[in-house]
Formats: sequence, structure tokens, C-alpha cells
Amino acid sequence: MLYSDKVMDHFEHPRNVGEIAEADGVGQVGNPKCGDIMKMYLKIDGDVITDVKFKTFGCGSAIATSSMATEMIKGKTIAEAMTLTNAAVAEALDGLPAHKMHCSVLAEEAIKAALADYYRRKGEEVPAELRLPCEEEEHCCSACH
Amino acid sequence: MSHPMIYADHAATTAVTDTALNAMLPHFTAAYGNPSSLYRFAQEGKTALEQARAQLASCLNARPEEIYFTSGGTEADNWALRGVAELMALKGKSTGHIITTAIEHHAVLHTAQYLEKKGYEVTYLPVDRDGLVDPAAVEQAIRPDTILISVMAANNEIGTIQPIQEIGAIARANKILFHTDAVQAVGHIPVDVEEWQVDLLSLSGHKFGGPKGIGALYMKKPLRLPPLIQGGGQEKGRRSGTENVPGAVGMAAALQEAAEGMEAENVRLAALRDKLIDGLSVLPYARLTGHPTRRLPGTASFVFEGVEGEALLLHLDAKGICASSGSACSSASLDPSHVLLSIGLPHAIAHGSLRLSLGAKNPEEEVDYILEQVPAVVSYLREMSPVWDKEAGKPTWEL
Repeated sequence: MLYSDKVMDHFEHPRNVGEIAEADGVGQVGNPKCGDIMKMYLKIDGDVITDVKFKTFGCGSAIATSSMATEMIKGKTIAEAMTLTNAAVAEALDGLPAHKMHCSVLAEEAIKAALADYYRRKGEEVPAELRLPCEEEEHCCSACH
Repeated sequence: MSHPMIYADHAATTAVTDTALNAMLPHFTAAYGNPSSLYRFAQEGKTALEQARAQLASCLNARPEEIYFTSGGTEADNWALRGVAELMALKGKSTGHIITTAIEHHAVLHTAQYLEKKGYEVTYLPVDRDGLVDPAAVEQAIRPDTILISVMAANNEIGTIQPIQEIGAIARANKILFHTDAVQAVGHIPVDVEEWQVDLLSLSGHKFGGPKGIGALYMKKPLRLPPLIQGGGQEKGRRSGTENVPGAVGMAAALQEAAEGMEAENVRLAALRDKLIDGLSVLPYARLTGHPTRRLPGTASFVFEGVEGEALLLHLDAKGICASSGSACSSASLDPSHVLLSIGLPHAIAHGSLRLSLGAKNPEEEVDYILEQVPAVVSYLREMSPVWDKEAGKPTWEL
């Protein structure tokens, strides 16, 4: 099997799938051309992420990393969520095959994009650490380039 | 897993048939002699090998001395292309032009690219949206320095069967060597090297109920390509290495069995294939890939918009269905299959491909099960897809 049991568990039983109707921050990264798109919805109360949902178009590891990343930030503060790295997501899944690591990068970027959107909606400046490599583009796909 | 296993990936490989296995078994134990040895004990292997060659040849309407055993289809493809290039080099033409297609298997494509690096020029002919090569385009691509035309007989991903006979006639009229990679065709559709007018044809044993690790290259007499593999001079000095006697025997037995049952089996398979096509290509934003009728009897291939192929395969696997996909994520590459892009599919859609290839052991109930499961998995994945508009029932993208 290509994937760890944990990846398969999160792929077959993804946590936090869906949308949040009145989200405080929404971020989408990826590109249909590359075959991976992740969209994250955040509900934020004060500085705590009280709810998070995702929708993903992509392979098994794209779905599993989205699911794991949402679990890792739910109930956490914004500051904590901002420090989430792709390596931590991959590690929590007991690893990913080398050519699938870009999926974990997308998961990290999707969360950062949603947090950046939260700041923008509030009319505040987006912290530098939330700026993505290709923010100017509609869909970010830094992992593919 | 509580589901039965349904194997719908026969284009990837097949189980060795009982007939083939029983034919092979004595050559592993009782009759293990090296066919090159002189003593009588080894003669049984030698005789079996030559019988296998004759059996294989008769299934292709070839002569036994035109069949060379190889380690498989990939070696046969490599040998055909590199062998022709080397043959021409031996005649003093160290460069030249090769015509092939954009949808070949990598065994041909990567060998063609290797020859490009060596100074050869290669034309990769496009295909139409059904995956067909236009024979007229082959003719137009011919140049005075063209040394080889290589067009696959049937495509492994989309099942389209090429007009090999027409292309063969063009090649022969222009006195250009013609190779066909018939790995997906042999054992599945009638193959006649004389009718097809091919000079070289590659085949692989495990695609039609023979074992893995054995294949063959047909070489029309008097063509004699220089060897790709040097050594002890087996296969009349053309392909060295101790002969894979059990493999050759098993492959030949499997091919004979397939050829004998082909007519009846293909009627059954085509009906099941068409049931899959009728059931799955009508899903919203789904379509058949490959030619609607000129296709391998067991192969049904599709794309489903808004769904990624690897995720589809993994869910089908959880339901007990073995299938394959040309999506980027089901391989180590970031690009979807070159075949799906060549038939004009945008990247985003090509990522959502599914190939179901049926074989002898698939009864109709299994097809019915597949027809229940695939739409359910497609809907489930679309529901969690950010590029699928659930209310509108269509993808959010404009391609």
C-alpha cells in the first residue's frame, strides 16, 4: 500500500468535510490543472478557531492532509494555527510518500489563505507569515512549480 | 475487507490461466535442462521452446523463425526501435527520421526520445479526440530519410484500435520498416502480421493469461535486427541469455487458448464493456474516452469532471474493485497521462480518469456491482469537491 494506515483512515473517513455558511475566513489554494484544490472555511471567536471545514478536489493524500490539518487547528488559537507546518501535518499522518509531500504543503497554505482572508475581512493588515508565494494569482499552486 | 475482490484491471496484467500454468510446471522441475546443452535430458526444454515458438507464430500468421523471445513487451519495443536505428547505422546511415504517435506506451515513447538525443529526428503524430491516428497523416510525415514507422495496435489507456492495416500498406508502399506495439492487442483481437503488413511486432505474455517476464518480437524475414542483448548467442545470436522455457511455453499455451476462444469471449466481453459504457458515460459531466466502437473488447475508460482519479481508485479499492487511472496523482508525475492530453482533454478533466478492463473471470454480476459503486463514489467525491457546484449539478470551472 502506498499510504500509511493513518492516511487511509483520514482519506476514507475524512473529518470536518463541508462548508461553513457564515465563515469568518475562507481560503482556496491549488489549481485544477495540477489536480489538487483545497478550500478551507474558518469560524473564529476572539482569537480561537472554533470551527473549521474543508472541501478538497484531489488525490488520497490531498484529502487526508486536509482532514488532518483541520483536526490540528480546531480549537486552537490563530497564533497556534499560524505555526502549523506541512511537515507537522505529514508527520501526524505517519508520513507521506515523497511525491505526495506537496499535498501537505497545500494543506498548510490553505489554512494560511483562510487566515489571511480573516484578516482582510476585518480590514486588518495580513501578517507577513500568512502571505503565500503566489498570492497575486487567484489559485495558489506554489507546490507545483 | 468485506467485499469480494473484483478484478477489472486486465489491461495492467492478467492471472496465468490453468492451461498455461500446467504447461509450464514440468519445465520448472522435471524438465529443467538448459536448452543449449547437448545431452538428451536438455532436449525436452529445447523441443518445448521450439513448439512454443511455432504455436505463437501460428497465432500471428507468422513463421516460427520470425519469432524471438524477449523478457517482455518493453524489451521488444526497445529492441525494435533501437535495433532499426542500429541496423541503419551499420548501413552507414547514422541519423534518420522516425514516425510514431503521441499516444504510444512509454516503452516506445522513451526509446524514441532516447534516439532523439542520439541525433535521430522523431515525428510524434497527433491523434483525434477518439484517439485514432490518421493514416493520411502518417503518409504525409514520410521523408526521404524516414527509417521506421511505429504505431501501437491498441492503446492501453483508452482502448482505441488503430488502422494498422492501412498504415502497414502505406509503410510497405514507401519501403519503410513498420513496427507495431501490439502488447494490448495480441490475445484480445485477431492479429495477422501478413494482413497488417508489419515488419516488427511486440507482444507480452502476461497481458493474455501468460506469465510475467516473457514476451516476443516478431521480425519479418529477411529482416534481422542487431541484438540489443549480447551474450551466449541464444535465439540465433539475436537475443542472448538462457531461454525462459517455462515462460515461453506458458505464453504460447495462453495465446493459443485465447485465440481459440476469442470469437465467443469477445462477444461476451464487448457486451459487458458496452454495459459499463452505457451505464457510466451517461453520468452528468462524465464521458467515454477512446473510440466508441473501434476499441478493445474488454476496455471501458472514462473521465468524471470534478473528481480526481486516485481518490476514485482508492474508494473503489475499498469496495473491492481493482481499476486504474491516468491521473497524475496515481503516478509519480504531476501531469496527467499523455494519452488523455493527446485526445484533447484539459488537464483538469484528465485528472478524473478511470479505466476498467474486463477479462475472462468477470461475470455480469461483477459489472452490475461496478455500475452501482462507481456512480456512488463519484457523487461522494463530488460532494466534497470545491470545484463541484452541488445545486447546479456541474463543475464550477469553465474550461
